[in-house]
Amino acid sequence: MPRRTLPEINAGSMADIAFLLLVFFLMVTTIDTEKGILRQLPPPLPPDPDVPEVRQRNVFEVLVNANNDLLVEGEYMKVGKLKDAAIKFLVADGVFSDMPEDENLPLREWVREADVKSQMDNLEQLKAATDNEDKRESLDKAIENWDKKLAAIEFFGEYKELPGSALISMQNDNNTNYDTYIQIQNELESAVNELRDQLCMKHFGISYSELAKTYERLKGDEKAAEVYKRQLYAVRSVYPQRISEAEPKNLGNY
Amino acid sequence: MAKFTQKKKKGIQAISTASLPDIVFMLLFFFMLVTVLRSDEPLVEVKPPSASEVAIIEQKNLVKYINIGPAVDKKVRAKRGDAALIQLNDSFATVDDIQGWIADVARPSLNEADQKKMIISLKVDKSTKMGVVSAVKQELRQASALKILYATAERKRTGSAN
Repeated sequence: MPRRTLPEINAGSMADIAFLLLVFFLMVTTIDTEKGILRQLPPPLPPDPDVPEVRQRNVFEVLVNANNDLLVEGEYMKVGKLKDAAIKFLVADGVFSDMPEDENLPLREWVREADVKSQMDNLEQLKAATDNEDKRESLDKAIENWDKKLAAIEFFGEYKELPGSALISMQNDNNTNYDTYIQIQNELESAVNELRDQLCMKHFGISYSELAKTYERLKGDEKAAEVYKRQLYAVRSVYPQRISEAEPKNLGNY
Repeated sequence: MAKFTQKKKKGIQAISTASLPDIVFMLLFFFMLVTVLRSDEPLVEVKPPSASEVAIIEQKNLVKYINIGPAVDKKVRAKRGDAALIQLNDSFATVDDIQGWIADVARPSLNEADQKKMIISLKVDKSTKMGVVSAVKQELRQASALKILYATAERKRTGSAN
């Protein structure tokens, strides 16, 4: 019998087969990023909560009923108008200068550099005097808070801050649509972000989200991140994000 | 020895495509590794709402999902209608199951250092009523899973007057 050699298999079509598989995996792969509105829920309520009294003018009240209608500060409103109303509430009677007071809007209070510095000195002294570990920690936090205000003054000059009790409160009905709810949350957040953007563009030349991203990227390197961190804190203390969610209720169809 | 004399080359030689399969295989392996075939198939239909102020989560391993929406399966749909159902991992659940799920399934699946950073992603269908979502949120509060993400699609910010 003559010895036959096996003919070599042509590998020319190998690339085609590989391409076919490649295309399959390319199509199947979803490099989907986790995107959405990030929120921190309030911790569970103690059985009998202390409800702090808040002045009516310091609350921006948004109610949504089962028909997805909005009642903002007692007036019917379209979702598209909500952002401007929220911006008006947040700016109130001026941030860097006095504007005429509106009795329905909160009164911003001036933050003076000298005050902040003397407050910080006081706290430092208290901290030096105490040996209680817990007390020290809480004092550290308080000092940090004042330091954030100082950062804002450094970058933007003296400003007026929102009173501590000022907040945007949203309450919805159990039959409200989820889409409406998200749109409202989004508009409220975009009001704050837009104000922050304006401030950032004016003083730092980049948008707020850009600034936050830069900080995220440099976070590992403390020295490089320091300046961005201060800028972020400064912007946040001028325009804090205070969106609170009231406990849900059956508001009915009014 | 005419056999060994080389012919004079003329013009540009064609580029060898012999390494093409190798390159393609390399790409193939990359995509095979990157592809994550979802372990839990969606049982509920979720068309997310869109929002402009989205945050992007880089560390996906911290994210645990709760899907809420009408059932995909036709038989279940015939029985339950378009009512929003809750899906935890790969089965339907009720609101009461959430606390147990957080404590026994979601939290232990992360290593201890990351447990505090756990983010619950709520993938909720647009047309869902807030009653279900609120109830789920209350349960999450009770279970101290306070960081939540309303999963949304991204869109442009709407204009404002000023």
